Amino acid sequence: MTLPAWMPTVVEAVYFIAAVLFIWGLKRMSSPRTARRGIVWAGIGMAAAILVTFLLPGLHNLVPMAIAIVAGVALSWWVGRRVAMTAMPQMVALFNGMGGGAAAAIGAVELIRFNRRFLAIPDTFPIQPEAWVAQTTVHLGAVELSLAFLGVLIGAISFTGSLIAFAKLQGWMDRRFVFPLQRWINLAIFAGAMVCGVLALIAGVEGHPFAWGLLIGFVVLSLVFGIAMTLPIGGADMPVVISMYNAFTGLAVAFEGFVLQNEAMIIAGMVVGAAGTLLTQLMAKAMNRSLANVLFGNFGGGGGEAQEIGGSMKPIDAADAAVMMAYAERVAIVPGYGMAVAQAQHKIWEFAKLLIDRGVKVKFAIYPVAGRMPGHMNVLLAEAGVPYDLIADMDDINPEFPNTDVALVIGANDVVNPEARTDPNSPIYGMPILDVAAAKNVIVIKRGRGKGFAGIENALFYADNARMLYGDGQAAANELIQGLKTLDT
Amino acid sequence: MIAGFLALYIFMLAAFTGYEIIARVPVILHTPLMSGSNFVHGIVLVGAMVALGHAGTPAEVTIGVIAVLLSAGNVAGGYVVTERMLEMFKTSKTTQGEKK
Repeated sequence: MTLPAWMPTVVEAVYFIAAVLFIWGLKRMSSPRTARRGIVWAGIGMAAAILVTFLLPGLHNLVPMAIAIVAGVALSWWVGRRVAMTAMPQMVALFNGMGGGAAAAIGAVELIRFNRRFLAIPDTFPIQPEAWVAQTTVHLGAVELSLAFLGVLIGAISFTGSLIAFAKLQGWMDRRFVFPLQRWINLAIFAGAMVCGVLALIAGVEGHPFAWGLLIGFVVLSLVFGIAMTLPIGGADMPVVISMYNAFTGLAVAFEGFVLQNEAMIIAGMVVGAAGTLLTQLMAKAMNRSLANVLFGNFGGGGGEAQEIGGSMKPIDAADAAVMMAYAERVAIVPGYGMAVAQAQHKIWEFAKLLIDRGVKVKFAIYPVAGRMPGHMNVLLAEAGVPYDLIADMDDINPEFPNTDVALVIGANDVVNPEARTDPNSPIYGMPILDVAAAKNVIVIKRGRGKGFAGIENALFYADNARMLYGDGQAAANELIQGLKTLDT
Repeated sequence: MIAGFLALYIFMLAAFTGYEIIARVPVILHTPLMSGSNFVHGIVLVGAMVALGHAGTPAEVTIGVIAVLLSAGNVAGGYVVTERMLEMFKTSKTTQGEKK
């Protein structure tokens, strides 16, 4: 197939437009009103970039390429259409891991091609003899080689690490794997990968046959390190980890983009790398942890004796709770992941609508990392039909709690625990919280008397203005709705 | 051909762009944002196609096909999931409009 000489320019131009559309699409995510249109435009840019790549001169293996694209797209499309909104975090982890693996694989192919340049080429090779010609044009300098190497390392870690994160969030791997000297073993694996990689580069430059074995060792150790690094991290910290791997994949893509001289990959990868880094920081901050602590620390270890909590838990029944909210002026609903687990979001929204119809001002107060990913709770509420202008985030709602008549807490625990402000010995001390305790009345829907995710007693439940409504989230919400309906008849 | 400092400038400017854009995204959109940026790095498919397109030995072709398969999954999955989430975000006005 011969293509006109201006074809590469067209391809470059389309890549440029795609890069513009990516940035523009992400920018439109600054408002829920424009976000959807933004992602559609980014999608158009992506489709154009992919299609136009077929026009690049000198590409071989087009048939397996097309088959692989169709298979990958079809499979992911099918899964992505069906997955439940509660399972979104692990889906993001899975898709992200695929991208990281792809970046690592590209780097590996480039390094193999580089190593191969000294070898005699067998004439009997069946696939595409003219492909050998293409490889003579490859010239990787020191910078390209180093970036290819880094891309493989980071991409491979992101690949296996994301898969472990996926397995943990999916519930296939409940335990944290912790054993003695783990940090040192992980460090040794990482050092081994680095040494193998650097030696592979040196041997490759000199055309030494050892380069092959070293290259394989490098890739395998990088993959193993991704697993080893993620195994000891608990499920609660997975959002931070996924976001970090997202940034990793972005960086790996940018590096491999440099190796392949592809500006669209450099720009898109770098934008994602920076964005992911920022998100990771925001998340770690919202969880009151440093990134290093998430990766290498153990939660809840150390610390002094927790303060004794005075008072007792005071129960309330659903009918009384419904009356209390029906005659309130302002009600704040504080949902946590427990609500989503109980699938109670639809019932809670139904209840909130009844309150709104009675003239009560209802707001949903959301903790930044509620759910299993930042913003996950917003997605779950949006799915239930809650309009986003009724949803307030922590900084906006906290000053309003003293004027709130009733705060209804459902499925949230640690993020409303006032000890984060009052008890310096508490493991969550200093963590920003929703200041629910400042509301005039607090109603907590809770399954039983157990502790929260972090295993800490919650002083809020013992506060004078707090009442406990025991029961499963969905059942309790149903009873509240019934309570309101009997009021009207 | 991009080389040396020019590439460094591209890296730097793209990093700042990403940081600045994302800093303005409200918390309520952080999950779609994460999956949206996940979709954007699906551009790796283009690189995978180039790598496979230049692959010669069976080992290279195999790894290249894996790269294309994985990145095609990344790009399609990232898009579908992001679009599905963003589609659900509605204001009170639009939801009331649907009722009438």
